[in-house]
Parts: sequence; C-alpha cells; structure tokens
Amino acid sequence: MSISLPMLLLIAACAAVTALPRILPFLIIRNLKLPVSVMKWLSYIPICILTALVVSNIIEEGNPISLDWQTITVMIPTLLVALWTKSLLLTVLFGVVLMAVLRFILVLV
Amino acid sequence: MEAVGKAREKVRLDFKQGVKDCIPTLLGYISIGIAAGVVGVAAGMSALEVALLAVLVYAGSAQFIFAALFLDGSPAAAIILTTFIVNLRHFLMSATLAPHFTFYSVRRNIGIGILLTDETFGVAAGKLQQKQPMSVSWMNGLNMTAYLCWIMACTAGALFGNWIAEPEMFGLDFALTAMFLALLVLQLDAIESEKIKHYIKLVLCIAILMLILSCFMSSHVAVLLATVIGATIGVITEK
Repeated sequence: MSISLPMLLLIAACAAVTALPRILPFLIIRNLKLPVSVMKWLSYIPICILTALVVSNIIEEGNPISLDWQTITVMIPTLLVALWTKSLLLTVLFGVVLMAVLRFILVLV
Repeated sequence: MEAVGKAREKVRLDFKQGVKDCIPTLLGYISIGIAAGVVGVAAGMSALEVALLAVLVYAGSAQFIFAALFLDGSPAAAIILTTFIVNLRHFLMSATLAPHFTFYSVRRNIGIGILLTDETFGVAAGKLQQKQPMSVSWMNGLNMTAYLCWIMACTAGALFGNWIAEPEMFGLDFALTAMFLALLVLQLDAIESEKIKHYIKLVLCIAILMLILSCFMSSHVAVLLATVIGATIGVITEK
C-alpha cells in the first residue's frame, strides 16, 4: 500500500480535467449560453468517442495493425445482449462471463 | 408512483428520496467498480492509488482507460488529455441539468456538478421528464450514494485483485469493452427514430476512420482524432 509522487500528481491532474467539464456549465450557464452549433457538435461527442473506444479495443497495434478476433467473437453476442436488455449491468456481466468461458475452453483445447 | 401522483401529494424530492432513487443503479456501480479496482491493480497500481483515483477522478470509463494507458506506459500528457476527452461528455450532461439549479448558490452548483455521472444524470433526466421540480438535496442524496458506493467497490476490487493471479482468466478485462458497447447502445437507443440512420452511418464512419488512423498513430491519438472528425462530420451531414 503505497503511492508514488508522480502517480499522485497524475491522479490530481486527471481529477482537475475531469472536474472542469462537470462544473463549468453550472458556472457559465447562469449568464451565458453556448452557440447552438457548439452544443450540436458536443452532442455528437458521446456516440463518437464510445464508438472510437469500442473499435480501439479490437485493434491490435503493430505494423501493420491487426484485429483482435477473440474480442470480436465475444463482442458480437455481447452487442446482441446490449440491444436486447438495454442494461449496462447485464451486458457487462454477460460479456465478462462469455470471455471467461471462451478463454477457459481455449485453455482446455 | 406517478399514477397515484394526483391522489397523493407529489413525492418530496428530499435527500432520502435521492438515496432511494439511486438504488437501481447501485448494482451497476458495484460490479463496474470492483472490475475497475481489479483492472487498476492488474495494471500495476497499488490499492491506495486505485482508491485515490476513485475518490478524486470518480469516472468509470476514465479509470479503466487510466489503468490501460498506465499499463501501456503512455506519457502522462496522453493520459491527462485522454481523461479530459473521455469525460468531456459530462459537459453536456451538466449543461442539461444546470438551468434547473440556477437559483441555488454557486457552491451548491459546484457540489452537484463535481459528482455528476452518466447514471445519476440518467436518473435526474428521468425526473425532469416527469416534470418534477429539481431539488439540490435530492440531487445530493442521489450523487453521494453513488459516490460512496463507487469508492467502496473500487477499493474492494483493488484489495480483492491482489488475490487473483490472472484477472484475464476471468474475462474481467472485457468489462471495459462490454461497458463501452452497452453505453453506445444506450446512447443510440435514446436517439429519435428519424435520426437513427444518420447516427448508424456515423458509427460506421468512425469505425472506418479508426482503422485508417490506427495505421499511422497510436490508438489513443486515433480515438481523439476520430472523435473530433466524427463529431464534425455528424454536424455537417445533419439534416
């Protein structure tokens, strides 16, 4: 149980940049409204970044890049569960269990 | 509850009610929090560092990414910038809620904003849809319950993670991917049906962008660039 100084500074910096977008609208929206175009652009950020993050999880870096077929294999049924249940919890539990089962089978084979 | 709204007085949105309204989300916080703790320790962080991350950053996806980038040996600037970009979505959520709290003091507004998460925003947005007046004590009850549960779950996961030899064997590393996937589906689910085609096209566009960009740069930079380009394409092609 320890904490290094560089880690402490890194966590503090991440805390600051996380707090900023959470707090700022509460401070500025009292007097000032963002242009519609900016709000519209921001409204696309969640879907864009989530898509990019999902895709980044199936790309294996290297030269040339390759696809992580194990993750893709588990991702397809996990996507179906997400669409069906619309539940964050059930989707995560299903995905984790399925990945564990797949790896267990791969170890046996 | 809303059916008996007329017969009875409207449910008072006090602190206690906020705690109650948080309960449906707690299982999610606990399972993801434990996973975040396990992943953090697996990435080489100490349990104390994982707990501090939960206390100070308090953002599920950011904590997963933090662990992943830390394990990769990414430079600090990349970790901070990625954390910022990943959490930029909170800006929108705060902007949506902020107009309903303008009559409270600045200090109280900061208190609400700093503890805002995807889940507590979701619950609050639901209340707004029911035309229930927002109250700061209700919001605090909701936010603080989630916050305390998250810290406990992350810490438990970090301590528990020490005893798991190979967390990968349990598929826990996939929790991150599955969570993003589910969050994406939930986001798309909230889109009006006439706009959904536009968004599906955009998702495919970003996937292709990611594949192309990843050939030339690290995946973290590719995520940033694909997001910025994708959002711009989204605005330009919107009808």
